[in-house]
Amino acid sequence: MTTKTRTNTVASAASTRPGQGFLSKLPVKIAVVVIVALWSLPTVGLLITSFRPQEAIATTGWWTVLTNPFAETWTLINYQNVLTANGMFDAFVNSLIVTIPATVIPITIAAFAAYAFAWIRFPGRTLLFAIVVGLLVIPLQMTLVPLLRVYNNLGLTGTFLGIWLAHTAFGLPLAIYLLYNYIAQLPKDLFESAYIDGASHFTAFTKLVLPLAVPAIAAFAIFQFLWVWNDLLVALVFLGTDSEVAVVTARLNELVGTKGQDWHVLTAGAFITMIFPLTVFLALQRYFVRGLLAGSVKG
Amino acid sequence: MSENGKQSAGKIFGTLGAALGLFIVLAAGLTFLKAEDGPAGVLSWLYRTIGLGGQADAIDQLGLNPVASKLMIAVVALVVGVGGIWALFIIVDRLVDLLPDKVADALRPYVFITPAVALLGFFLVFPAVGTVARSFTDDGGALENYKWAFTDPAMHIAFRNNVLWLIFGTGGAVLLGLLIATLVDRIKHETIAKTLIFIPMAISMVGAAVIWRFMYYWRPESASQIGFFNAIWTWLGNSPVAFMQKIPLNTFALILIMVWLMTGFAMVILSAAIKGVPDEIIEAAEIDGANSIEIFFKIILPSIKPSVITVTTTVFIAILKVFDIVFVMTGGRFETEVIANRMFSEMFKFRNFGRASTLAVILLIVVIPIMVMNIRNLRRQGIGA
Repeated sequence: MTTKTRTNTVASAASTRPGQGFLSKLPVKIAVVVIVALWSLPTVGLLITSFRPQEAIATTGWWTVLTNPFAETWTLINYQNVLTANGMFDAFVNSLIVTIPATVIPITIAAFAAYAFAWIRFPGRTLLFAIVVGLLVIPLQMTLVPLLRVYNNLGLTGTFLGIWLAHTAFGLPLAIYLLYNYIAQLPKDLFESAYIDGASHFTAFTKLVLPLAVPAIAAFAIFQFLWVWNDLLVALVFLGTDSEVAVVTARLNELVGTKGQDWHVLTAGAFITMIFPLTVFLALQRYFVRGLLAGSVKG
Repeated sequence: MSENGKQSAGKIFGTLGAALGLFIVLAAGLTFLKAEDGPAGVLSWLYRTIGLGGQADAIDQLGLNPVASKLMIAVVALVVGVGGIWALFIIVDRLVDLLPDKVADALRPYVFITPAVALLGFFLVFPAVGTVARSFTDDGGALENYKWAFTDPAMHIAFRNNVLWLIFGTGGAVLLGLLIATLVDRIKHETIAKTLIFIPMAISMVGAAVIWRFMYYWRPESASQIGFFNAIWTWLGNSPVAFMQKIPLNTFALILIMVWLMTGFAMVILSAAIKGVPDEIIEAAEIDGANSIEIFFKIILPSIKPSVITVTTTVFIAILKVFDIVFVMTGGRFETEVIANRMFSEMFKFRNFGRASTLAVILLIVVIPIMVMNIRNLRRQGIGA
């Protein structure tokens, strides 16, 4: 936009937006504060409860703490229990093991393909690319029944290898689509002068494309990370609930089934599933938004 | 001449050797990853080979520390996954270099796209075709599954609920997102407010289900209410409500969870769009005497229309496929069933693979037009990334 920027300085952020008459300032402020409070309330309730002793949770609501926080006995015992006795620590390790390769592996495969689709002419290019983008519309559900049968035959069900491959493949259409859009928009001269200097496609890819595509790669990586970490469906279908391999979402779902009334267990457990994505979110908010926008087309 | 030939012969053998080595390493890595005793077996074998039989016996008997053994698996996966793929690309690219220029140029693009295309074919195209076929052949075959899907009373409830979800979930998230985006555009500390409303986007649906299960928690009248809603409700002098069992309130209670999750997404995208509306246009309208409501509906809303479409279609698709929330909260009982959850039950509980496939096909048919609209709309805006 060529217009005044309204960010950065406090004064401008606060007052230069035209159309102030619509709603005068104070009611807007109050409305925003109320909305934010309502939005945060469920998470805050969970967080507070997870640090309260079991008996206190069962007798009084978590909000009673707010009036006198120092009278309350705070405790970490719920976390200790859920991490050890209820297997959340193992599940957390499993989630890490599933998520990291499933986020990293698709990037290379997709980047090579995206470069070829964007900068090399070859027979079948348009058709193949159209098919790849078309695959974005396929809901995961379409693949589960046949894949499960193949997985059972190959002995891949319940293995990490199986779920990495599945998440890698499911992430590819989006990864290729995103990276293609980015790589195809790089200036043409850049490649022409590289080719004239004798660069092969391989060199052009590693020396030019990869460094320049970092923002798009970051956007995809964050989206894929969140998607895989928070996924329950693929994890239940291909990995299952065996404690050797179960991820945090599957484990938490089990706890809801077996300890549905034990809020000291459930609140701490839920917070453990959330802590890693929340940290990533707060640290990388900017890329996160871009990734979400970009990922809005994932089937 | 001969030197040249020798050089290229050396090159050929070098490359072929590297290819063979890579193949062996990859095969070993994959075997390792698939093996039941994985790291423990390999370590014990390693110890035995270098003559530390005692260590090997200990590992055979006691096994490895499970965490250490899993971390080893993950490291191998990263090395085999990332390193292996790079090595594969490099070596095949070199092999292609050995061919005459013309052939090499023709082959190279396929070297770059083959791994992606093979994975997509195996994991998406082939299973999707299989699912369509299965929906016509398994469980009675012909059109039996479709007849069941459209006539079964339980399926009618699922369809009705999906429609409710789509209308109230999508509508709720988009309208609230738009409202909040408009409001926060006018205040100080905008970022803090936006961050707090956006946070649920980072939370899994299972996590959200637990959070809201606690909010909706119900206890008999004699006990003190520790669920937030029932505490307020009983404080106002009413008897506690079992939210998850009260039809049709329970479906709306579930939809509210999704609205809570998705509003932040709608708000962030729409807020960015609203900021993109040039100040000059708004000022000009003000000078012409337009009031703020007119400005919002006649200037801001039309100029952010593409973003509204993106947000609406995205939320729509996410809600259409909603599974986790229903699965964790009610399992589809008390008339809260939705298509995606039913599909999961047909697959894992009842083993009716034909019916499950049919439901997947129905989801696909609804998704296609929405997705086409979404991708077209994104391309028109020139984003997509």
